[in-house]
Amino acid sequence: MSGDVKTDSGLEKILRSGQFAVTGECGPPRGADPDVIREKCKLLKGKADAFNITDNQTSVVRMSSIASAVIMMQEGMEPVMQMVCRDRNRIAIQSDILGGAALGVKNMLCLSGDHQKFGDHPQAKNVFDLDSMQLIQTVRLMRDEGKFLSGEEIKKAPKLFVGAAENPFADPFEIRAPRLAKKVKAGAEFIQTQCIFNMKRFRQWMKDVVDRGLHEKVFILGGVTPFKSFGMARYMAKNVPGMDVPDELLARMKDTPKEKQAEEGIKIAVETIQELKEIKGIAGVHIMAIEWEEKVGEIAEKAGLLPRPSV
Amino acid sequence: MVIGERKPFEEILKTLEGHKKILVLGCGGCVTVCLTGGDDAVRVLSSQLKMSRDKDGNPLEIIEKTVERQCDPEYVEEIHDIVPDVEAVLSLACGAGVQYVAERYAKTPAYPALDTTFVGGSVKEGYYVERCQTCGQCKLAYTGGICPIARCSKSLLNGPCGGSTGGKCEISPEVDCAWQLIIDRLRYLDQMDRYEELADIADWSKNRDGGPRKMIREDFQR
Repeated sequence: MSGDVKTDSGLEKILRSGQFAVTGECGPPRGADPDVIREKCKLLKGKADAFNITDNQTSVVRMSSIASAVIMMQEGMEPVMQMVCRDRNRIAIQSDILGGAALGVKNMLCLSGDHQKFGDHPQAKNVFDLDSMQLIQTVRLMRDEGKFLSGEEIKKAPKLFVGAAENPFADPFEIRAPRLAKKVKAGAEFIQTQCIFNMKRFRQWMKDVVDRGLHEKVFILGGVTPFKSFGMARYMAKNVPGMDVPDELLARMKDTPKEKQAEEGIKIAVETIQELKEIKGIAGVHIMAIEWEEKVGEIAEKAGLLPRPSV
Repeated sequence: MVIGERKPFEEILKTLEGHKKILVLGCGGCVTVCLTGGDDAVRVLSSQLKMSRDKDGNPLEIIEKTVERQCDPEYVEEIHDIVPDVEAVLSLACGAGVQYVAERYAKTPAYPALDTTFVGGSVKEGYYVERCQTCGQCKLAYTGGICPIARCSKSLLNGPCGGSTGGKCEISPEVDCAWQLIIDRLRYLDQMDRYEELADIADWSKNRDGGPRKMIREDFQR
């Protein structure tokens, strides 16, 4: 897995050199103001190796991930362009892959996408022409074989480092490692996991992953999200599909005085990162501080992840 | 069968505005089985319409009839003598039946009384669920006999997504996760190895996306 770098992605270089990688996340605004992204970039710059730009997350309309990624690059940072299958057919998907690559995007994360029921346009028609695995196959085909899904040749192939997400906590649990195997077979080169709160279950999943040798075929970045408050922890536990927040963690947040809850949330995130660093097969962490970008640096610092290597 | 649900009464009333005499036409096919478009439904809807229009001082004359199937020209012909006497036909068939009536009687408006909802079956009397999306490329052999196109909210061919929780879909705790059902069944059939095969990218040209479809039995075309 180390060695042969296939793209100009800094994230790929760091991972293939065997260094512990850090990725962050930046949600585009619900408007056309580029300065919102620039402000977030100022908070995030240098705190991670690359930053996911979400693609209409939770099915709420936002500035496009491609446009936001370009603004981020203007700020001298490396974006991971997220792309969901919910809103585009294979024609638009391949077109956007070419467009993103032409504008200088080096990383892409392939996702199915939340159902539109959760968003601000539940009446929308969804697409799902491809699913996330087939999206991975598509971008690898385009990059490695220089071909469109039609089989026709691409004049200049898009060089993107290809990632996917995996949720070790969704059901049925028994297929969660086989599902990762499918994503690897499809061509995923790095994986960012869902937010890890249930460390026991995560360790079980990682054991299955390592037993199958998957950690030698794909870089796995453990997902970490700090709780801002007990309210947020409870919301994530009860209202976010596929999220697994154990009772003891909820109790720990609840038992913390309100004014200290944010601090406690960060402490938990740092502890999680420290545990992840020790788990066999973990190549990095993905810090998702949702609308709390200013804390990414603090978490990375406290977890001993700064400064980030230059590539 | 094709499932149809009756449209909101107010919407039906609105489509009939301006008409004084109509034919309320039932269908003896699928919609009779799912209790929304047969003889009984014709009688109930007709009397509701009459009562409502009487109340408004704008009476509506109604002829009631149900044919064997509205999606068959032979049966649609049975209303040939009635159509000249009415201003419009209110059809309780699925969308196909309504169109057969509209095509056959070009000068008489045909209005739908149902919203055609899905292809499915019954759980028990009066309780129907979706099972097929008529994608034109049946995949049930690979998915334990459970359709991911019709039953997964995202039609994922390599599911489940990360939102499957306790056997339920992320869109609602009332909806079963199709992929949980598929995996349970594959396990039961000892076919779990099929789960790890990547599903081919679908050819949606065989779906409605390829344009209106036809099925022709050449041996019957004499």
